Amino acid sequence: MTATEQRLEAEFELGFTYSRSLGPVIGTCFAAFAQKRFLGMRRSDGSVLFPPLEYDPDTAEALSEWVELGSSGVVEGFCWVKQPREKHGELAPFAWALIKLDGADTPFLHKLRVGEEQSVHVGLRVKPVWVAEPLGDITDIAAFVPAAEELTS
Amino acid sequence: MRDVAVVSYAQSPAQRDAGGTTDVEMLVPVIDRALADAQLTRKEIDFICSGSCDYLAGGAFSFVMAVDALGATPSAQESHVEMDAAWALYEAWLKFQCGEIDVALIYGFGKSAPGDLPDVLSLQLDPYYTQPLWPDSISLAAIQAQMALAKGCFTERDMAEVVAASRRNAIHNPAAQLKGEFDVSDLLKEETFVSPLRKHDCCPITDGCSVLILASAEKARALCERPVWLRGINHRMESHFLGTRDLTTSTSTMKAAETLKLDGDKLDVAELYAPFSHQQLILQQSLKLTDNTRVNPSGGALAGHVLMAAGLDRFGAAAREIWSGRADRALAHATSGPCLQQNMLAILEGA
Repeated sequence: MTATEQRLEAEFELGFTYSRSLGPVIGTCFAAFAQKRFLGMRRSDGSVLFPPLEYDPDTAEALSEWVELGSSGVVEGFCWVKQPREKHGELAPFAWALIKLDGADTPFLHKLRVGEEQSVHVGLRVKPVWVAEPLGDITDIAAFVPAAEELTS
Repeated sequence: MRDVAVVSYAQSPAQRDAGGTTDVEMLVPVIDRALADAQLTRKEIDFICSGSCDYLAGGAFSFVMAVDALGATPSAQESHVEMDAAWALYEAWLKFQCGEIDVALIYGFGKSAPGDLPDVLSLQLDPYYTQPLWPDSISLAAIQAQMALAKGCFTERDMAEVVAASRRNAIHNPAAQLKGEFDVSDLLKEETFVSPLRKHDCCPITDGCSVLILASAEKARALCERPVWLRGINHRMESHFLGTRDLTTSTSTMKAAETLKLDGDKLDVAELYAPFSHQQLILQQSLKLTDNTRVNPSGGALAGHVLMAAGLDRFGAAAREIWSGRADRALAHATSGPCLQQNMLAILEGA
């Protein structure tokens, strides 16, 4: 056998191909998703962060006091996506929304499925649509929908 | 503090798509021009620092290829930041302060056309709570615009006026990509893209590069008729999490301005790196700029946006205003991250 007959080959994936652990804070938050629960993190000024963080973004203080949050929230800010990008994984126009869960003081970003742009407004009450089998990830929530609607997955 | 001055600046044309032209091929003529304008040779450069993004090229350490544009000999200290080249300038400035160098060449380059930039920029988000949803850069900026409009910080007409002024100013900038006279009312008639943003509120996709040369005081006076002195530079960043920030203002810009004791009323020119029209308004308000200051005489990022060079271009454009005598005191601003997460301010003076 000559050297030229044996070609070395390797799979290559462009991306962050390492596995990592989520740690005690993000891990706890995502574990609670399996029970369709939201856990926030209290800061020293009494306010509650969601998503929970290990450190206070302003003071860098280590945080550890968990707070059970409500199961729905309100829209604080939004935009309307007429033509979803492939990566968005949405078939119809939708809104990106900053949603403040009941009991939290900070909003977080997620998708909001609603029929038309005119139906989205600041203060709109929304609730999550959970996927059938949560994996411990932010995508365990498929999207939010107006709280007045029936849950449809 | 050691005095440091901008002595040369050159940029490539801002192109929508540079095709098969490589980063090195884009850089060589621009580096040559920057060196020639300062009557410098490559041998006189003590430190080379670049800013680029491997995600644009699609390969780790792809920035190393670009070093070829400067040649391997003679050896020089070389560094790179995975940020806009404005931060490469900051690193060079620190090296001047350490007394290690007298002449530094800074370059930034990027070809955004081959990829899908709004998706690529999604990769800079926090990888647990935000990025898996793939929110694109335009959508995040649109949320910021919606919140600022709802709060009454400015109107959609104000945003369109920013766009019209950018394109009008860019008429005089040979490197600009988008330029011309546009009527504000006509701009407002266009339909929204990612509402409330219209396409013209967003910076274009651009391929290109820029080169800037810094020198210490003695060198600068010898190399340049009117060195542009870097009187102060400050960089601040806000939280990675959009929900913990007030998106309708720029807290980090205000902190940087406070640290520099910046008087927004005493600037002839401000070159602001605002990739979206409403972000220019947020910056102007945070900096308390008045009518005494001409904003973005180059047209700014809305007229041409080479990702990873657009911040360095603000330094270059501000320096040009001072070299031409149209300004004595200018502000250069650079930003990075979603919704103006990080901001850098620098004061440039002609004397």
